[in-house]
Amino acid sequence: MNQEKRKLKKGISRRDFLKGLGSGALGTAMSTHLIKPASADLERQEGNLPLLPKKNISFVLNGKQISVEVEPGESLLNLLREKLHLTGTKRICDHGSCGGCTVLINDQAVYSCLYPAFKVDGKNVLTIEGLAQGEKLHPVQQAFIDHDAYQCGFCTPGFIMATLALLRQKESPSLEEIKAGLNGNICRCGNQLKILAAVKALASIKGGQP
Amino acid sequence: MRKFSLVQPENLKELVAFLAKADGQRVILAGGTDLFSLLKDEILNPEIIVDLSRLKELFGLRQEKEALRIGALTTISELASSPIVQKNFFGLKQAAQSIGSPQLRNVGTVGGNLCQRPRCWYFRDPLFQCRKKGGSRCFALNGRNKYHAIFGGGICNIVHPSDLAPSLISLEAKIKIASKDGEKEMLLADFFTLPSVSLRQENKLQPNEVLTEVIVPKPSSHLKSTYVKFTERGSWDFALVSVAAAAEVQGDILKKPKFVLGGVAPIPWRLTVFEQMIEGKKIDEKMAAAAALEALKEARPLSENAYKVDLASVLLTRATMSLLSR
Repeated sequence: MNQEKRKLKKGISRRDFLKGLGSGALGTAMSTHLIKPASADLERQEGNLPLLPKKNISFVLNGKQISVEVEPGESLLNLLREKLHLTGTKRICDHGSCGGCTVLINDQAVYSCLYPAFKVDGKNVLTIEGLAQGEKLHPVQQAFIDHDAYQCGFCTPGFIMATLALLRQKESPSLEEIKAGLNGNICRCGNQLKILAAVKALASIKGGQP
Repeated sequence: MRKFSLVQPENLKELVAFLAKADGQRVILAGGTDLFSLLKDEILNPEIIVDLSRLKELFGLRQEKEALRIGALTTISELASSPIVQKNFFGLKQAAQSIGSPQLRNVGTVGGNLCQRPRCWYFRDPLFQCRKKGGSRCFALNGRNKYHAIFGGGICNIVHPSDLAPSLISLEAKIKIASKDGEKEMLLADFFTLPSVSLRQENKLQPNEVLTEVIVPKPSSHLKSTYVKFTERGSWDFALVSVAAAAEVQGDILKKPKFVLGGVAPIPWRLTVFEQMIEGKKIDEKMAAAAALEALKEARPLSENAYKVDLASVLLTRATMSLLSR
């Protein structure tokens, strides 16, 4: 937890930042170099498209702009956990069945395990690490604590992100809407009733913005 | 992680030109919710991933005079929340809302939903080299086949997992397919192919082609539609059996009924026998149930899935009564 908090303050490590900066700068240099002649467009229309083994992307992660190099078959989950060391987003089933890897992309809940990392280029990604403001927890996080809405806690980051997406769509969802909004997440400890209680309490106040 | 090359065409022209000449195995990536699973398990082993996300022309819904046009990259969430769909195509809205979870609907696309691969556990398991993957047998035939086909199986007993396909077929939707040779349209009902026709794939899409659009004809003023889906658990799941139904409703009579079943066959399964038995007649629940039983006599269940026949019979009845009550 302490480690995650530290990471949260820094966002990404200095090394990651420098790595990102390097590839970003290279990308810029290449694209200014290759001011395309008209024939390049013709080439493309003929179907001669470049085969990219890697891709430089930049996106907003938890409020900070970052640049990073990804591979075509890499999932956003892999990028977050293995390259950016944001391990709050959990890998559980890795096949889009459990919801443990839920993050928000442009305010919508998605399974990061099935989301191609290269597709977040230019987008806004929010993970569990982006919720708390320093030591102050986000209202959704606080509600889960207040209602004891977890046992082992492994599914909790996914549930919190799915809850946040739901509340951003509708401030006061009904019980049925809460159930539908969270049906992509599984808690195998069996804490669904307490999770519902936490989200119901949030729905009766208001969905908070981080 | 396996290595792939990424190709990002900027428009349809570049895409079809690339597909026409590209060597090597490639896959088309729309939302990726099915594809990434298949890549991780090495069920598909392409060299190239062709990303469609820059093809702006494939996004969104467009209402025209005679039809609703749905771009292949429209997400399921966008489809389900579209006011036109909610107003004119109740069954399609129900089908879209029944798909997966919010996380999957936010990313999964209409085109991807129609082209998704079967969920058969032998097909999805890298350890089983089944017929669909080039092997010599169907493991479900004498193995565990609770979720498999009761119609149209035999050499391969998958069921088609799409919720949108039965619903769109009941609405007589067409699809548009593009290649370097131009664009063509076909009825969605004609798009899907049985294993006896093409074992390795579930539809007619050729390697140089891409599905670009779904076209739903404008409904007549009496048209009603519904989608009834039964799943094993309350949370999100694929259909054990589903029934998409559409008809012109006049009192307690259905005209031009279309009943298409999901989860029962390798393709969305149109039950014309049932349609003929109820068309133009005064329908009550008893009559519908009797017709359903009769129509399902053609079913050929496997050792563990005869329950699907009973389930289909109940859902057919419910779908019929639901059309009449709307």
